[in-house]
Amino acid sequence: MLKKIIDWLDERLHLDGLLEPFRHKTVPTHKLSCWYFFGGITLFLFLIQLLTGILLLLYYKPGANEAFESVQYIVTRVQFGWLIRSIHSWSANLMVFTAVAHMFSVLFLKAYRKPRELTWITGMLLLFLVMGFGFSGYLLPWNQLAFFATTVGTQMAGQVPLIGQPILIFLRGGPEVTGATLTRFFGFHVAVLPGLVFVLIAIHLFFVQRQGMSVPPKVEKEWEQNPSLRREMKFFPNFALREMMAWYVAIGALGVLAALFPWDLGVKADPFGAAAAGIKPEWYFLFMYQTLKFIPAHIGFIDGEVLGIMGCGVVALLWMLLPFFDRERAGGKKSWMTGIGIFALVYVIVFTVYGYVAK
Amino acid sequence: MLRNNLRRVRRTAIGGIVLLAACLSFGQAPNTCLDCHSALPEPQGVTQEKFAQDIHAQKGLTCASCHGGDPTSMDMTVAMSKAKGWKGHIDKKQVPALCGSCHSDPNFMKQYNPGLRTDQLSQYHTSMHGKQLAAGNSKVAVCTDCHSVHDIKPPSDQHSTVYPLNVAKTCSKCHADANYMKPFGIATNQYANYTTSVHYDALTKGGDLSAPTCVTCHGNHGATPPGVDKVQNVCATCHVFQAQMYGKSTHFKAFQDKNLPGCVVCHSNHAIHPPTDAMLDTGKQGVCMSCHKPGDKCDVARVNILSSLTKLDQTITSANQILHLAESSGMEVSAALGAQDQARDALTKARVTIHTYQPSLVAAEVQNGMKIANANFKAGQDAMVERNHRRIGLGICLIAIAFALFGLWLLIKKIEA
Repeated sequence: MLKKIIDWLDERLHLDGLLEPFRHKTVPTHKLSCWYFFGGITLFLFLIQLLTGILLLLYYKPGANEAFESVQYIVTRVQFGWLIRSIHSWSANLMVFTAVAHMFSVLFLKAYRKPRELTWITGMLLLFLVMGFGFSGYLLPWNQLAFFATTVGTQMAGQVPLIGQPILIFLRGGPEVTGATLTRFFGFHVAVLPGLVFVLIAIHLFFVQRQGMSVPPKVEKEWEQNPSLRREMKFFPNFALREMMAWYVAIGALGVLAALFPWDLGVKADPFGAAAAGIKPEWYFLFMYQTLKFIPAHIGFIDGEVLGIMGCGVVALLWMLLPFFDRERAGGKKSWMTGIGIFALVYVIVFTVYGYVAK
Repeated sequence: MLRNNLRRVRRTAIGGIVLLAACLSFGQAPNTCLDCHSALPEPQGVTQEKFAQDIHAQKGLTCASCHGGDPTSMDMTVAMSKAKGWKGHIDKKQVPALCGSCHSDPNFMKQYNPGLRTDQLSQYHTSMHGKQLAAGNSKVAVCTDCHSVHDIKPPSDQHSTVYPLNVAKTCSKCHADANYMKPFGIATNQYANYTTSVHYDALTKGGDLSAPTCVTCHGNHGATPPGVDKVQNVCATCHVFQAQMYGKSTHFKAFQDKNLPGCVVCHSNHAIHPPTDAMLDTGKQGVCMSCHKPGDKCDVARVNILSSLTKLDQTITSANQILHLAESSGMEVSAALGAQDQARDALTKARVTIHTYQPSLVAAEVQNGMKIANANFKAGQDAMVERNHRRIGLGICLIAIAFALFGLWLLIKKIEA
């Protein structure tokens, strides 16, 4: 029966030709192949976000007077609402983690090199968008923690010279964080960001498909010297089945987190209330937050916070253009890029942990 | 020529300095009293620093405002001459009248503090202190004993002797001194008792400056112990509902007939401790059985009231425990936790209703609280059941996932074989 349907479709749409490239697609097999899975896991978590997000939309009501109550309704009254909401929150966090892991694996395996510079740039843009998803989604339950985190976050955006204030007004929908900010963030979260992400994912996957999987230089060299060592596996079904196993593991991890540690709802935002003591941003912004805390109030005649925010922006831009700074060095000398990558990874981990434990 | 010019410059300079000094001192009445008195020992000694802290000095009054004389004269015989109205030392008995000469004059006081009352002197005359003073007893407190002298600060100043946190200490200077109070034949343990009270804790630990101090119950300028039959009125200024209920209760008439001081009979006066349900019990803190007999009608009512209050208290505690356990397990129980406040309010209301001494009214409030507390307890139980269901569901899902993984692994092995 299924074969009949496929044949019927193939006769009209020539699916065979469309799927032909996938039949020949291969994935290099070596001792570091496991890192190839992170991109797929990130994509899978994004799909979970999409599905759970749509389900949440059935009950969520954006608005300062309704948002908190609607989320409360979802987690207490809606059948399996608690599970959907918890999975949405946990998979958002896991997605940031796997996206960052994917980025560092690409960096250390030097997969960003020519001709894959644009794949790196689209990947970095996707990572920024994922963080944008996190920042905008954090406010949507309209709880006290989210309210003040958004106040601080948008305040930081307002520090950018010249365009800071217009950005702040644009983000908040006014000078203060209000219900207008909530509806705006809701719009970004469910319309603007998904639209951009879909386009970028398509481009990113197109690049990966066109250019194939990158092989680390060391492995590539070994294979060139001894072609009999070259190993590859078919994308369909060999790699896809393995990827599916990783997705099952991700579902299991999400289930454990959602059932044992349901995402806290907190208390409803009160713009006139006091900010909770020791308020901190989400863990993926902690290293930046902690860095800004270390910068003195004034450096020379420049405001320390402004300098810090500008510095973060410049570093992010340079990081995105990283492939263009990596040049092959004569004599097979090691590139300094690995050193930078290790420094960045250690810096992010140390400052995230420090930001978490610091009062 | 040069010498003439120098003389001219010198004259101009001296003239300028004199003119500048005159300008600077313009508008300030000289107060020469402190020139000598700052060097004298107490009680005549008053330093510039001390007097500068006095609210009267800050408002522009001088020593002469109270003591008379001419503070502008550097000549002591002129400054302290009777002709200039000098009164010298103010006798203690004259102090209230002297202070009242300004403080009882609304027109005069309006210039400085339009909101300040001007009935302090007339109030004082009605006080025990005022009456004793009028009777010739100068050991009693006059204005300066409580407000200090020469460094009087407004009551809102934290360093004032009559700042809410300092009032009890100020009263205790005399009232806790056994030797001083001996001629009056009154107890001196009020301050010691007060420092153990719930009122003192609210004031000093809770930081509630409106919490009762001595003057709240006894009055300040008209300080007098409330009569035995008036205690209820004093307590009622804050504890309105309790007083209303007590006023309609059987105890009200019974206490009046026996000339018992209302609220004080059960709660004491200066050593008022936070009321607990143990006051209804027969133990050390129990108060009922000091009048009632075991097994009588009131004792039976006491037992019923106590058991119903205890039951409500325990149910609220149980609900709290299970709700917090559910909350720590990640369950959303904020609505039930919020409703716990209503249950606690009902318990408080039931405890207040005890002052009616009608078991049926207390029971009605307890029943109301029990309804809420039971609903909250059930919400906690439901949340825990739901938590367990989730964990069982998770276990089943994980087993299913493990099977799926195993199946995929077998499939890969088969394909790659």
